[in-house]
Order: sequence, then structure tokens, then C-alpha cells
Amino acid sequence: MSAPFSWIRSEPWGIHVVPADAWVDPGKAVARALVTHGHADHARGGHGATVATPETLAIMKLRYQTGDGPSGGETTPVQYGETIRLPGGVDATYIPAGHVLGSAQILLEHAGERVICTGDYKRRADPTCPAFEVTPCDIFITEATFGLPLFTHPPIEGEMAKLLERLAAYPDRCVLVGAYALGKAQRVIAELRAAGHHQPIYLHGAMEKMCRLYEEHGVELGELRLVADTPKDDMRGHIVIAPPSALNDRWSRRLPDPITAFASGWMRVRQRARQRNVELPLVISDHADWNELTRTIEEVDPQETWITHGREEALLRWNQLHQRRARALALVGREDEDE
Amino acid sequence: MEQFAALLDALVFTRSRNEKLRLIAEYLRATPDPDRGWALAALTDGLDFPAVKSSTIRNIMKERIDPVLWSLSRDFVGDTAETASLLWETAQMGENGDSAPPPSVSETVAALEAMNRKSVVTELPALLDRLDPSGRYALLKLATGAMRIGVSSRLGKVAFAQAFDVSVDEVEEYWHALTPPFAELFAWAADGDAPPDIANMPTFRPFMLAHPLEETVVDMADYAAEWKWDGIRVQLVHVANDSGGETRVYSRSGDDISATFPEMLDALTIPAVLDGELLVRGNVQGGEAGPDKQGGAASFNALQQRLGRKTVSKKMLAESPAFVRLYDAMVIEGEDVRALEWQDRRRRLEEFLPRLPASHFDISAIVEAESFEALAEIREGTRDDAIEGLMLKRRDSPYIAGRKTGLWYKWKRDPLLIDCVLMYAQRGSGKRSSFFSDYTFGCWNGDPDMGAELLPVGKAYSGFTDEELKKLDKHVRSKTVNRFGPVRETDKSLVFEVAFDSVHESKRHKSGLAMRFPRIHRIRWDKPVHEADRIESLRSLIRD
Repeated sequence: MSAPFSWIRSEPWGIHVVPADAWVDPGKAVARALVTHGHADHARGGHGATVATPETLAIMKLRYQTGDGPSGGETTPVQYGETIRLPGGVDATYIPAGHVLGSAQILLEHAGERVICTGDYKRRADPTCPAFEVTPCDIFITEATFGLPLFTHPPIEGEMAKLLERLAAYPDRCVLVGAYALGKAQRVIAELRAAGHHQPIYLHGAMEKMCRLYEEHGVELGELRLVADTPKDDMRGHIVIAPPSALNDRWSRRLPDPITAFASGWMRVRQRARQRNVELPLVISDHADWNELTRTIEEVDPQETWITHGREEALLRWNQLHQRRARALALVGREDEDE
Repeated sequence: MEQFAALLDALVFTRSRNEKLRLIAEYLRATPDPDRGWALAALTDGLDFPAVKSSTIRNIMKERIDPVLWSLSRDFVGDTAETASLLWETAQMGENGDSAPPPSVSETVAALEAMNRKSVVTELPALLDRLDPSGRYALLKLATGAMRIGVSSRLGKVAFAQAFDVSVDEVEEYWHALTPPFAELFAWAADGDAPPDIANMPTFRPFMLAHPLEETVVDMADYAAEWKWDGIRVQLVHVANDSGGETRVYSRSGDDISATFPEMLDALTIPAVLDGELLVRGNVQGGEAGPDKQGGAASFNALQQRLGRKTVSKKMLAESPAFVRLYDAMVIEGEDVRALEWQDRRRRLEEFLPRLPASHFDISAIVEAESFEALAEIREGTRDDAIEGLMLKRRDSPYIAGRKTGLWYKWKRDPLLIDCVLMYAQRGSGKRSSFFSDYTFGCWNGDPDMGAELLPVGKAYSGFTDEELKKLDKHVRSKTVNRFGPVRETDKSLVFEVAFDSVHESKRHKSGLAMRFPRIHRIRWDKPVHEADRIESLRSLIRD
């Protein structure tokens, strides 16, 4: 009989599930990868076999040619709620994480012990993906991107209202919204539609394919047009969405006098917005805020919490103050995706 | 308070100066008295609430939130007021249920004025409870007086002038005769009432300023030259009134610095407005300049000890007494002489000088030069530490506020340059809080190939572009070898060409030297560190 939880190990490039020789969100190519979602700091190409939700596999096919031809490796789709048996007697169940399309927490069970890897998650409603489900476990491996008590994300309706107000106030300009190409962009579009904005929305070329993929998976995004196909003057009074890197780039010169907005949880801190020359900060995040991180730990109530990436010091401190066991993992290559 | 908070937020996120002016002007037009007057005072740093300090906020927060969580949050944000405004709800943990509606700006100011060190601990939280995060940010910025939103007091005055279509020079002249919330100023500008009566008020008058000379060559028949002294430009104002008279000292930006230099207040007792350089006496270094060996000024280092103080000790007054070296005059014995030509004003000033105490006043000597070439030679030859360069003034120029082309030029001495090695870096504050933007650099204490060490010689945080800052930040992050709290020690692989105005003996650094106004002149990504300069090279640049 081996020591409790000795079958799961934290290594610099990912969580190693020893009996199955499988890795959760590995930062390098491995024989068998269990992937929580499609963001680049969790998903990558070159694995021998990739186990993920069908939506995540579709995103990985688009981005990394995963499962596409002989060099793309094998893929195993797992539906939400479905359990698959891995070698070495390990069961893996994929549970909605509420982060982006296809995002999942992975519940690993072995020898009567339960471990959850959340990947990235949020607790707010999102029209583009099913909501996070609280699931009991022994070890809860959580993210901590916004793990500081100053991060409390406001309701998204207010942020949408700010955006639409500014748009209406400047009919001769456009509002350029910086949003991460996978997840944030589609969520912002879907929320704009929910807020009653049915004008065409203009996209940076890098957004197009991912938006189409979302639509193929049943997420309605309304009329989308490409900036590249549109004369400058036609975009006056409209919303344009681009990756954050394009905000202060030469690319934006083709837009009619843009007002620069940025949809990110970091926008809560004024100086962060100023550094990026943002005129209209929109505090919209696909991650749990401080209260959600701590509430989730309380609800899941694990024996021990492992913290993968983000502001882990503060979340560790919170666990200590609440007499909860926790440790910070030193994973490499995890980034704040909005930065 | 909501409108004021919205204004602050808009100002924070606005880059363009014109747009900032428009936002402030719009607010001033739309907001009733006295709220707009208090807001204008807050924007121009005219409010001070002694009971509320940054440390007050810190202490209030640490009673409500774990100190470790507070520190981690404060470090991330880089600004105490903003951190507190964001943490307030979390810290209260939802206990602030039904509280009163948000206070107005005037109500806020009245409440802050009434607070003392003891009551602030309960009264400030009560105000915070009535506001949303933007309102809390505005309140804490207002209370601590450190706005840091890219609005100078000058910008506030220009915006006021724009809002009501009046002359900014007039606004400047009335400004110091009035106190917040500036009721008479608004009555004059907004409602067309009579201008504020400043007849017997010691108000500030806008300075006449100079353009850099650069490539211009002037004819010495039309221009007079004088030394540009290395102190701070001041305006001394004395008016006679019923209570015997009042004197004030204003800085270049129009801030009242009378309390910092009380000895000057007693020195001027004749109605006048004088323009000059404030210097301190002491360890004399300025003995060489000019044919009459005019000097007696200590280095800027000595003056620096006295700047920014609200009270001055007797010891300090005795050790580093201030005096003013006069350049010009705007009013002499109650008569406004600004319309006169410079040469006539100069003559009047020379005649007036004997009536002033020699202990506190002298006059900046004219540098005689037959030709521009001769002047250039004199400029090259000066080694006096109290001299920053030369001023060239058109002999027939009236005294005109601001920088009018062709009338006055400044011709600064070339900076000194030395190659140093980057040793330590620290994060900046405010807008630079996520960048390692403050650099400590050093020179070799011998031959680097024979085991010499680097010793710190100075610190700089300017002179580079935003692009370069990003590269430097990346360099620091990837070349960190050690951390001491907020300080990163780098692998000492990068050479800076550092420009500075002068260098002095100093006990502050291990190298025994301190530079004045060092800035990064060039980043020498290409230069091997062993080719950086040695301490003795820097020491040889001490002028005395």
C-alpha cells in the first residue's frame, strides 16, 4: 500500500498522474495529456494522445492541429459528466468549469482518493459555456489568477452598459475593445447581444475562426464583419473587437478615431489600465474573483488545496488564516493570459 | 461627490491634455458653488487635511483586513488610496448595510476639516461606507492631497480660464489672493462680477521664462548675458496693509513656499515684487564666477536639505541661511515696472538694491562679453558649481508672462557623462508600478580585470523612452540574481551612459560620491561592463 496521494505529483511542467503516466495541462509534449481547456498556457500541440472535451479538442485542432492527421496524435473526447478509465486504474471525469467553451475541471479518482484539477474557472453565468459545478474532493488543485482581496469583479451588465453608453456618446468614432481571442471575445459579443445590441460587430482577422467555431458549437454571435473588408467610415459608431496586442498597434490606424477599451479583470486597477493606454476599462473576467475563489474552497471543502498559478501568496495566506491546508505549486509557463 | 469621482476617473484614463482641460472645464461649468471651488482646490493641491495621512489609511485598513493580505494588495496596486478604495467592501465583509447617501464635495471637505487624529479612525470609515469604489478613491485622494492624476496646478488654472473664457494670467494673479472654495473667482469669471480686489494682497505674478538657446546665435549689442544660478527661481512679494505688511515667497510654479524660507519674510519690508534665484550660504563653492568674484552660494545639495519643509529648525536656519540673487523686478516701491525695457528695469533694480539687507539680497552680475564667441568662451571656462549656465536677455524686452520667442534664452552648461553599470533596480510607483524603473548604478573601485568591485554612485529613473523602459524591465526580470525586499540585484551586465550636472563628496554612498540630477543618457547594450568608468574618473569631475 503506497502513501496517500502518492499517485499524483506536481512537477514544474504539470500535474503528473503516475499510474496512468498522464499529465494534466502539461507545458511540454507528453505521451498522454489531460487538457482542461484550450488556452495556450494549458493546451499545446505535439502530445501522443489528448483527452479533453469535444469543444476543447476542436479548439486544439484549430490552434495546434491536434488530432489532425498522423502528426496530430490521438484524441479522446469526453463529454461533461462522462468518466473514462485511464491505465493504472485511474478514473477521469470532466466537469464544467465555466471558464470558456469546452473548459472542464478534471476529477481524478484512484484508490478511493479524489483529486480535482480546476484548470481556470469562474462562477459567473456565461452564455458561451455551462456553469462551474461544485464537486467534493480530497485535494483541490485551483488557480489563483485574481487571488488578491482587491479583485471583486462587478456584474457584467454594468460593464456592458458603460460600453454601450460610450458608443452612443461618440457616433463619429468607434469603440475598439481589446479581448482575448478565445473566450473573452465571444463572451463580450454574446453579452452585447443579450444587452440588445444588434448592430454588426467588426472583428480583427485573428478573431474570425474562433468566432466561427463558437457558432458551430451553438453559440449565437449575431452579425460579424471583418475590419479588413470594411471601409474606415463604415465603422463609425460601431464596436470593433481585437486581441489586446493590437490595441496600441499600427493595425488600429485603419479604424475611425477609436476609443480604446479593454475587457479584463486587471482593469480594476487604474494604473494597470493607464499603463496600457486604455481609455475605457471594462472589468470583465473569465476567472473567479477573490470572493469566488475563497467561497469555492469553502464549498468544495477539500482536505488540502494546491494552488497552481496567479497570486498564490495571498490565497495561501487566506487558507492559513482559515486553518485550511494548502500549498503553492511552482508550475512553469503559466501566464496571466490577458497580459 | 459622484460627479467629482467621475471626473477623477475620466482624468485618470485620458491621455490628451486638451481632453483633460475640456473635462475639467465642463465640470467647473456644470457644478454649483461651493462644490466646484473645493474640487478645483483639490485638483490644484490646494487642500490639506492634517488628520488624514497615508499612514492613517494604512492603519484603518489593517484593523479591518489581515496585514499580510493588505501588504500583498498594496504592493500589487502601488497606491495606498486606490488599494484601500478597492479593498473596502472585502474588508468590511458586507457589513455596511444601510448607510446615508453619498456626501457632497463640500460636505466631505467639512467633515475632513473637522477630523482630528483620534476621530479620523471612526469618521473616515463612516464616509467611506457612503461611497462606491470610485467615490472612495476620490475621497481618499482628496483627503491625502496626493492626486497623481496628471493634473498640475497650472493645468487646473488653464482649465478654469477655458471654462469661463477668461485670461489665465489674470487667474494666476488673483489665485493667491483668494482661498478655497474661491467664491470671488467664480463670481468674477462665471457671473461677470467685479474682479477680486488684489490691491493690497501679496499675490503671485506669472514669471517670464526663457527658451533653450540651442543653435541660435545672438548679437551681444541686443542682448545682455548673466549667469544662470543653480538654486530655485523664486518670486518675493511684499505689500503694505493695515496690519503692517505681508511678505510671501513663491516658487516657479506659483506655489507659496513662504513657510520653508521664513528668513526671507523679514528681509523684504518695502512693497515690491522681485524675481531671483534662491540660494543658501554655507560650504562656499561659488566663488569663481564673474569679474567681481561674485559668489557665496553653496551647492544645490545644500539647498536641497531645505526644500519641501513646512517648518524649519533654528539649527538649519543658522547652518544654511537662504538669500536671493536678484534677476529682475516686476514691482518696485509699489510701482509696476513690467512694461519697462529690461535695461531700464535693471537700472531701477540696481538703484533699489542698497535699500535691501545685503545679508539676504544681492544682484546677479552681468557677464560682459564683446561678442557671442567671447561669451561662448567664458561659458566653456566656468567651473563654478553654483552655475547652471548663462541667460541671454534682450535689452529692450518688457517683462512678459510665459515664454515669448526671441526675448530670453537659457544656455545651459553641457552635462557631464560617465559610463556606469546597472546594479540594482526597484519598481516605480503610480503608472510605473509594474515596471522596474528606478535604477542604481555603480563604477569600478579599481581595475575590473584585477578583481575590482562595483560601488554604487547614483540612482536614476528618467532619460529613457517607454520602449526602452520595457526592454530595461525585461532585462531586470531576466537578470535578477538576488532579491532584497522590493530591490532586485541584477547580474551587472548592462552599461548606462549617465548624464549629470555635477558630482560631490557624500557620505550617503559607499563610493563617497553623489551626483546631482543624474539621468540615463544612453543605454549601452553593446558595451562590455569592464569598460565602464572607475570611481576615480568620477571623482576627477568634482568641481571646486
